[in-house]
Amino acid sequence: MNRLLTVMLVLFSCSAGAVEYSHVQLDKSSVTFESRQMSVPVEGVFKKFTASVKINPVKPEAGSAKIEIDLASIDAGSAEANDEVTGKNWFNVAEFPKASFVSSSVKSLGAGKYEATGQLSIKGKTMPVQAPFTMKEDKGLLSVDGAFTLKRLDYGIGSGLWSDTSVVADEVKIKFHLLLK
Amino acid sequence: MTGKGAYTRTAVYLHWLMALLVFVTFPVGLVMSDMALSPDKLRMLSYHKWLGVTVFLLVIVRLVWRAMHKPAPLDVPMPQWQHVAAKAVHVLLYVLLFAIPLSGWLMSSAKGFQTVYLGILPLPDLLSKDKVLGDALSALHEVLNYTLLLLVISHIGAALKHHFIDRDVTLSRMIPFLNRRASK
Repeated sequence: MNRLLTVMLVLFSCSAGAVEYSHVQLDKSSVTFESRQMSVPVEGVFKKFTASVKINPVKPEAGSAKIEIDLASIDAGSAEANDEVTGKNWFNVAEFPKASFVSSSVKSLGAGKYEATGQLSIKGKTMPVQAPFTMKEDKGLLSVDGAFTLKRLDYGIGSGLWSDTSVVADEVKIKFHLLLK
Repeated sequence: MTGKGAYTRTAVYLHWLMALLVFVTFPVGLVMSDMALSPDKLRMLSYHKWLGVTVFLLVIVRLVWRAMHKPAPLDVPMPQWQHVAAKAVHVLLYVLLFAIPLSGWLMSSAKGFQTVYLGILPLPDLLSKDKVLGDALSALHEVLNYTLLLLVISHIGAALKHHFIDRDVTLSRMIPFLNRRASK
């Protein structure tokens, strides 16, 4: 009986999840970040980005993602901050308008958690990152949620006077929410 | 008890501590609001907020202390309108010392920058982010501060006038070491 149940569950979950999701619903997806200024968490968002993602919840290891962020679309909390962070010391969007993440592999971490490894390029520097994420299927839609922390100074983001990490912390948490069809 | 000893020693210390805080917080606020965005500006913003929270806490302590230790009335000959004016300025000073930090706290919330006291204790955001409201509160914070400036000038001016022109005990009640005898 138990074995039958297991077989049925496996079959059921296969049939329910045997779909590859590849259409990112950009208007319902988001890339946000959290930095700390003088120990105060400050949230921000990149309003414009494109994402081509292919993932099958049953075989996430075969999944892939390429995300490109339009850095000028940043909202760092105030008009003054936006002017500053798009400038030379920070993202220098005039010269480097886009940041990108290109996945190279996806592995399971167990307990419904996964990790995408890939190359993150910002401001002419490319470095490997690991981004843990979870997935949830609901009514034909798959939501992918994850976060990772990067060190802004690794990419030269916030140089000069701003490299003082006692004011703006080096660690910046990047959070992503992707809704796929 | 209308001269020396009209205020408890604690009340005197609290008064001067408040004076010191106001004399630091106000110029820090004034200077930083004209600065272009920089690490120094962010530092000053935080210090200003921490000082403001301290003022807010201190005014509550002072009001509680005052309620428990009512100072003797000032027994100095002066026209009735001056008594009324002095009372009004004192009440308004207390109101502003409470309202100004509160408006700053609300402004920070509305602008989406939380206040974290001394970088350790996060104060709850009483408002959600709203740019229009944030700008309105910022204007209110400024108006209240310039009102405070005028009141503080009157407060100090009146105290000096009592001391040097009327030569009465008004100021020495708050500066015990001046030790002026009640002039009758």
